[in-house]
Amino acid sequence: MQPAIEVRDLTVAYRDHPVLWDIDLTVPAGVLMAIVGPNGAGKTTLIKAILGLVASAAGQVLILGQPYDKQRHVVGYVPQRGSVDWDFPTSVLDVVLMGLYGRLGWLRRPGRQERTQAMDALVQVGMADLAARQISQLSGGQQQRVFLARALVQDADVYFMDEPLQGVDATTERAIIALLRELRSRGKTVLVVHHDLQTVPEYFDQIMLLNVRRIASGPVTDVFTAENLRLTYGGRVGFLKTPETA
Amino acid sequence: MEILTDYTLRTVALGALLLGAVSGALGTFAVLRRQSLLGDAISHAALPGIAIAFLVTGSKLPLVLMIGAALTGWLATLLVMQVTRNTRIKYDSALALMLSVFFGIGLVLLTMLQKMPYANQAGLDSFLFGQASSLVERDVVTMAFLGGVTLLATGIFWKEFKLLSFDTDFGTSLGLPMQRLDITLTTLLVIAIVIGLQTVGVVLMSAMIIAAPAAARQWTDRLGVMVLLAMAFGAVSGVLGALFSAGTSKLPTGPTIVLCVTAIVIVSMVGAPKRGLLWRTVRKHRSGRRLRLSAVLMDLYALAGQHEEREHPHALAAIEAMHPRTAQVRHKLLALAERGFVVQTGTAEWALTPAGIREAEHLLKVGADEETE
Repeated sequence: MQPAIEVRDLTVAYRDHPVLWDIDLTVPAGVLMAIVGPNGAGKTTLIKAILGLVASAAGQVLILGQPYDKQRHVVGYVPQRGSVDWDFPTSVLDVVLMGLYGRLGWLRRPGRQERTQAMDALVQVGMADLAARQISQLSGGQQQRVFLARALVQDADVYFMDEPLQGVDATTERAIIALLRELRSRGKTVLVVHHDLQTVPEYFDQIMLLNVRRIASGPVTDVFTAENLRLTYGGRVGFLKTPETA
Repeated sequence: MEILTDYTLRTVALGALLLGAVSGALGTFAVLRRQSLLGDAISHAALPGIAIAFLVTGSKLPLVLMIGAALTGWLATLLVMQVTRNTRIKYDSALALMLSVFFGIGLVLLTMLQKMPYANQAGLDSFLFGQASSLVERDVVTMAFLGGVTLLATGIFWKEFKLLSFDTDFGTSLGLPMQRLDITLTTLLVIAIVIGLQTVGVVLMSAMIIAAPAAARQWTDRLGVMVLLAMAFGAVSGVLGALFSAGTSKLPTGPTIVLCVTAIVIVSMVGAPKRGLLWRTVRKHRSGRRLRLSAVLMDLYALAGQHEEREHPHALAAIEAMHPRTAQVRHKLLALAERGFVVQTGTAEWALTPAGIREAEHLLKVGADEETE
């Protein structure tokens, strides 16, 4: 079966300092994959480099077998919540509609059909009653749901999500995980930057351990081992229950 | 109603209205993208462009001078980007650097021009602080044309500009040419600034870019309304300032317009609903009062919890003992009684009413919900 994402020899450098070094990664279609690694490991940069948001020094990216440039319409993106100004003068529904701007084309404004789609997405993330709300009045978990709804209206096949569970309340975390599973059941592939090692086996099928270089990647049951974690984090995760010791 | 009959005043007012509206619209995007100071750098950097355009062509046609101003304004923007990208100099330092270097060159060129044996260089120095009374019909026609193009382009790329201002990376991921849109929007900002230079002057033009949108933001949470309000505020202060200065007072126009827009900003900062200082203070006071009232109600509820019957009365002294500011407790009980939550049962005895019990239980529940959020 065609892999959803293939990354070859991806290298990113800021000035002379390598941030990502010679990354190879294959993500099978229809899985939930976590990218984990310590702070500064290059997790966000990896997603941004794949999406062409930061320039890479070398490497290529294939999405469903085709170069990424030709596949933008099947790719959805959920940036880090903190990457935008939530005091921007706009409403929840308006932000969700932005997910449709690529498809709308020039000059066309979102109409009734687009509004319906956006409302459907808000229903899916449990935010329908807040559609008209100014975005500065949202809690962190609600902001995250808005971003997810915006990605949902894209109706992509491959999703990239940067820390969607960072700083959200327990209710939102459950809702987001349910949503990710629903996406998987519809054959979508989701690559998630994740920070909570404890929940990896419960939430994800596959994992990539990253620290500037790729340490390991593959099914959680094979790759999520104490040895690999030690290689990724140094000696700092002695407390962790790995599948073998749990 | 001089304004309708006097040709000069009408021209001046129309020009000021145009520049105020256009700079308000484009300034809104600049402010939302945290590029307020870019406007300042562009307007200062336009000065050498005006001088060079005159040196090269010998003409004072508005379009010629505006093209010169736009070119050096643009060049400064480009240099700021290059310096930020390729050196260790930060964005704010790069802006300050370009602003002062270009403005310095502009001042030198202007001084040189004054000493040259041209017949018609007089009036170029009014570009420093602006001179609305120097506007003639041909200037206003040029301003209207350029301003119309700028506003039209803003309308055409409305949703793209909104996305550019809110979340550029997401736009790129959708496959939209965000870099080209960025260049387009910056170019429109340059044009908006250049339009106003003759009237407001290079020194204070950035106020037209920043002040009206900042005031508009206070009144609305919608981008479209914010743009329209900023245009209106810019237009009103432009017209008022230009008429004051062109009329009797002989004041330089730039500072006069800036004083007008400042008044609008102050009123907006203080008086606007929701975001204004006045509103915030009142709300803070109210919610503080509500909080202190519910503290007394909850104390009484806690005391009542020690009895079978919830409406059991308690001595004022017992309630006061639970409260740090003893003197206020009786006052608060009276306020609670007014709302029907408590009732005085003896000379110094108070009890919860059924409504008060419901309110206390409601407060407990709301508090618990807020903690899980």
